[in-house]
Amino acid sequence: MIDKIQLWAVIIALGLGTYLIRFSFIGIVGGRPLPDWLLRHLRYVAVAVMPGLIAPLVVWPAANGGETDPARMVAALVAFGIGIGFNSVLGAVFGGMAGLYLMQFLIG
Amino acid sequence: MSTDAQQSPPGVGPAFWRGYRDCSPFILVVAPFGLLFGAVASDAGLNLLETMTMTILVIAGAAQFTALALLQEHAPTLIVIAAALAVNLRMAMYSAALVPHIGSATLLRRAFASYFVVDQVFAVSVKAFDFDGGFSVAQKIAFIVGAGSAIFPFWIGCTLAGALVGNAIPPEFSLDFAIPICFISITAPMMRSLPHLVAAIVSITVALALAWLPYYLWLMVAALLAMIAGAQTELWLQRRSA
Repeated sequence: MIDKIQLWAVIIALGLGTYLIRFSFIGIVGGRPLPDWLLRHLRYVAVAVMPGLIAPLVVWPAANGGETDPARMVAALVAFGIGIGFNSVLGAVFGGMAGLYLMQFLIG
Repeated sequence: MSTDAQQSPPGVGPAFWRGYRDCSPFILVVAPFGLLFGAVASDAGLNLLETMTMTILVIAGAAQFTALALLQEHAPTLIVIAAALAVNLRMAMYSAALVPHIGSATLLRRAFASYFVVDQVFAVSVKAFDFDGGFSVAQKIAFIVGAGSAIFPFWIGCTLAGALVGNAIPPEFSLDFAIPICFISITAPMMRSLPHLVAAIVSITVALALAWLPYYLWLMVAALLAMIAGAQTELWLQRRSA
């Protein structure tokens, strides 16, 4: 069993800490102008964080015991191809999951 | 003299609904993960109040799963908190990236908007602000709140459903892969620009090479190097066209 006092300490600290992380720069820097070199780097935050965040999940999926799974690799490529080719987020989500199910059906 | 209609910021309502619409595809991803978190938390012995307080206060699936797993292993409290916060440290970069967009809003509005800055909301916001443009500060705040409003009710509601009835989704649906598909789908359209593509390639390469590092350090290193790569590619393109 999880200790209830420890649980509540974690819930409150994690909730507060996560909010403060989100608020950090938005709150402290506020309307002060940022230098050009910094703005140039901040433009790439989304594409710098998210592909790296999911890369290990694509290449070594836990659901497959950490082994590379051809079906998941193909599904990732299909989602990427639709997203970049057609500029469509929704198409990429559906295409990727459809690709995954189709590959799993074909490979068995 | 200006009328009331001209004094109020134009188009805040449409901006809210634009954010709502842009983020709504991710209901498909957030809903099953809410179900899963509710079920896992319930199995771990959390009651409804504990599960729902955690999900509403934290609103960050990966960190919630991390905290729950470490609690079940009886890790020390500080380790649980530090490890789960490390998972969320990427959001400091989201916060910094949003400064040029909403930094000049009032403190109250910035404090309110900050709550909504989760991965999906951040990604659709940046895509709309940077690639489509034409949003005022008030519209950007409305967009962020609208994007969060599309998915938060489903994350919270499905967590409740999962805690009440358990996880009803069989493993054959491979929903573990909904998260990677979600992030690929959000970022792939951004990669139609060369510096963004270069940043993503560096991010993936470094993340895989350093995946053995603990506490999500691999992600921080990969993200910083990827941002530098994107910025340098942008400068190189400027010099070449000059």
